[in-house]
Amino acid sequence: MSREIAFVFNGNKMNMAIEDHWTLLHLIREELGYTGTKEGCGSGECGACTVIVDGNAVNSCLYLAAEIDGKELMTIEGLASPDGTLHPIQKAFVENGGIQCGFCSPGMIISAKALLDENPNANEEEIKEAIAGNLCRCTGYVQIVDSIKSVSGHEAQEPHVVAFRSEEGDRGD
Amino acid sequence: MRKFTYLVPKTLDEAISLYQSYGERAKYIAGGTDVLVKIKEGKLAPDYLISLKHIISQDRPFLNHETGELYVGAFVTHRMIETSPLVQAHYPILYDAVKNIGSVQIRNVATIGGNLVNAVPSADGAIPLITLDGKANIYGAKGQRSVDLLRFFLGPGQCDLERGEILTEVVVPRLLPRTGSAYIKHGRREAMELPMLGVGVLLSLEADMETCAKAGISLGVAAPTPIRALQAEKHLVGKTINEETLAEAGKIAGEESKVRDSIRGVAWYRREMVAVLVTRMGMKALERASRNAEVGMGNK
Repeated sequence: MSREIAFVFNGNKMNMAIEDHWTLLHLIREELGYTGTKEGCGSGECGACTVIVDGNAVNSCLYLAAEIDGKELMTIEGLASPDGTLHPIQKAFVENGGIQCGFCSPGMIISAKALLDENPNANEEEIKEAIAGNLCRCTGYVQIVDSIKSVSGHEAQEPHVVAFRSEEGDRGD
Repeated sequence: MRKFTYLVPKTLDEAISLYQSYGERAKYIAGGTDVLVKIKEGKLAPDYLISLKHIISQDRPFLNHETGELYVGAFVTHRMIETSPLVQAHYPILYDAVKNIGSVQIRNVATIGGNLVNAVPSADGAIPLITLDGKANIYGAKGQRSVDLLRFFLGPGQCDLERGEILTEVVVPRLLPRTGSAYIKHGRREAMELPMLGVGVLLSLEADMETCAKAGISLGVAAPTPIRALQAEKHLVGKTINEETLAEAGKIAGEESKVRDSIRGVAWYRREMVAVLVTRMGMKALERASRNAEVGMGNK
């Protein structure tokens, strides 16, 4: 069945007809033609398809397009300024070698954006938790974490300090 | 993905009447992180998906101040539970469990009700709620009923839901004063992994802050369904809680479990780890109970 939906896509209001069985990932890549968002596993394991819906990072491969109705969607294309100036998180990935093959990068950067929007002073532990659902098969995790740390207020204020682990951070081991 | 019609009822009655109309051709969906994977893999082929996401209900855990009961709506996401100050302060066992389920992306969407009705032996969400003596509220064409969450699980992938019935919420009774609780998911890595073992311990202490008034010990992946280690619990009541008594209880819990060899771990190792982890979570629960008492939070 098809239906009409209205949503905000990277700051622009959109109205369009969609099919009920479309995933948000299908809508973004195949219908809107924005291919920055990647399909990796298609089952919510790898995070390559991560986008932000109403401020929350979600896997667009497991999110129905119908559910975006009335919501705000941000993809990797929505980060840079219209004049092409990169977002500070994107710049940090370039400067810190956070990108190797680049396939996981849009998902990693979007997860980082969702984290820092909610918690601008995220520490290393919080950064690792935020990207736990994003796999990088080049295994460039150290540089990726460094990239995100470099734009977190926590790093700017307290360089080289390992954050005190409160009860929330306690793994119980 | 296979074609289906997506239906978005606003009330439970509407959802149930849709289910009655379409029967076998329909499937309920909430967060969808399991249902959509199963459709993609061809394990499910519904013509109609009935969304439970838009049913008007509480969107976060809340406390009934008169009865002291905690209500956790079935359509609440794991992330809502994880970030709830109420859960963090008074139900840390639940916080311990939900924060390591899947990833942030999954927790933002996946619901606790979905985790429970999947009824997998490893359901991290179930163990703390069982340890807390949670009751499952179920709504269907015949009205509402309530079962102990422990009895809700019938076998791997099987729960006590009649056709068309919906799990609507889990209700946790008032905690005794001087209670502490903790959960650990034991596995090779923390995120994006099912546990090899899940262990939850709850301890309520007498006024002397060392004698056990009540104990709850629950195990995940230790049997076909989540279980309570009742003999181990009984062993602790009336005793002084310390590393020795907890280790004794842990050993009993290991014997009570029905652990088996699987791809994630072998039985003898799991049994040994039940003993180790019951001790550790018991010590953590003790510490949390003492801390709550010190800052005068109690558990009202």
